[in-house]
Amino acid sequence: MIHARGLTKTFGPVEAVRGIDLDVSPGEIVGFLGPNGAGKTTTLRMLTTLLRPTSGAAAVAGADLFADPAAVRRRIGYVAQGGAFAPFSPVGEELVLQARLYGLNREQARERVATLLAELDLPGVEDRTTVTMSGGQKRRLDIAMGLLHRPELLFLDEPTTGLDPQSRANLWDHVRRLRERDGLTVFLTTHYLEEADALCDRVLIIDHGRIVAAGTPDELKTEHGARTLDDVFLAVTGRELREGAAA
Amino acid sequence: MTALAALTGHYLRVSFTNKFSLVFSALQPFLYLVLFGPLFDRSGVGSWAVLVPGLLVQLGLTSAGMAGFTIVFDQRFGVLERLRVTPVSRVTLLLGRVLRDSVVLLVQAVAIIVAGYALGLRAPIAGVLGALLLTTVLSVGMASLSYTAALTLRQELFAPVMSTLVVPLMLLSGALLPMSLAPAWLDVVSRLTPFRYAVEGLRALFAGSYASSALVWGVVVSLAFAVLGVTLGTRRFQRENA
Ligand SMILES: Nc1ncnc2c1ncn2[C@@H]1O[C@H](COP(=O)(O)OP(=O)(O)O)[C@@H](O)[C@H]1O
Ligand SMILES: [Mg+2]
Repeated sequence: MIHARGLTKTFGPVEAVRGIDLDVSPGEIVGFLGPNGAGKTTTLRMLTTLLRPTSGAAAVAGADLFADPAAVRRRIGYVAQGGAFAPFSPVGEELVLQARLYGLNREQARERVATLLAELDLPGVEDRTTVTMSGGQKRRLDIAMGLLHRPELLFLDEPTTGLDPQSRANLWDHVRRLRERDGLTVFLTTHYLEEADALCDRVLIIDHGRIVAAGTPDELKTEHGARTLDDVFLAVTGRELREGAAA
Repeated sequence: MTALAALTGHYLRVSFTNKFSLVFSALQPFLYLVLFGPLFDRSGVGSWAVLVPGLLVQLGLTSAGMAGFTIVFDQRFGVLERLRVTPVSRVTLLLGRVLRDSVVLLVQAVAIIVAGYALGLRAPIAGVLGALLLTTVLSVGMASLSYTAALTLRQELFAPVMSTLVVPLMLLSGALLPMSLAPAWLDVVSRLTPFRYAVEGLRALFAGSYASSALVWGVVVSLAFAVLGVTLGTRRFQRENA
């Protein structure tokens, strides 16, 4: 579903991503785990055609990133770290517009929006704006926005950052259900070790723009003789993830 | 095509819901019409048919010129990124907004012309319709450049830079007083700005001189300006970090 080789991105003097190889299979939930500034968002923005890599190659959802970005765009959904809704516009209108940009007519778009909102436990919020919503509701709304066109692959950038534990667990349930029911492939970033452990089939640990460890949570723990992913992170980077996250 | 219609329709609905900005962005030319027009008409420099075309260009500068302001918010809240991740072509993403701005400007232009009639403007209907068309072309270029600037400048700089730039461009266009009154150096500087040609083209239309060279130049320069604006704007939308 994703095959990337040697992806790099430099912003002036900053080497944000320094040569990343990735392989994600259909139906997997893969977690990209790393502290703030590790290069997670930059990698995601490259894989979603929003940012041109400095070097490297990638095929995403069966299409070449450079040769056919439009095909990549048709097949993927992207939920950005900061969300996708302006605070003053009724969310239903924004969702219907987005659905129409993927080729649905007005009726189809309205129907699709209503169905998706119900599935994500947000029935009938079309006329509201995000100002009146909780963090968990907003995040589910962002996910609805990313799923309108039934993508094969969904990118989630820090889907649960800032949420309380209950909303976080609830969001995990939704992501699991989407994979179970629709066979959706999910590539998500996080700096929560519990999230990687509880939700992801496989985890890639990224630090300073490089992948420093990869495997299932259990493989990683065994390999590094660690009891938790915290200890794995400490073993491969020499630092606590929490310190990195706070920096 | 569906995408363009969906985008333009959406933006129009937003604009016409927020009537305040609809009125506000046309306020300056409207004030000039009501508070300066009567003086101009008695000044001996020219009649309402000379002033109103100038005010249409001023409207293009203040209304379409500040259009980029809306994209600053879209960029801040991730709306722009969410649009850019769809398969819709980049030129469509730009034109959806620009067409909205043109429709808004057209409505404002009609309001100013109607108010002008009430104050004493007389012009042939064909000329007025032609003038609306030419104003629309100009607004396409103006709005596109405004978005280009908004995506290029630092967020907090856009509003002060654009609102400052609008003043010399408006004065140099001869919108308020015909450039035939200008000393040679000012006339030369004025000819370096596209709006000078637009103003004179519009005045030719209001005067019913459909075969004048002023009109030809007005049309040619405005079209070129629109093409330049859309090209630069599309390129800016394509740029990786737009
Ligand atoms: N548009 C940009 N211009 C300059 N530097 C950037 C830009 N985007 C990200 N960076 C830098 O690249 C590095 C990686 O950032 P990012 O990918 O956002 O990390 P993460 O998502 O893991 O927190 C950081 O040092 C950040 O400051
Ligand atoms: Mg990030």
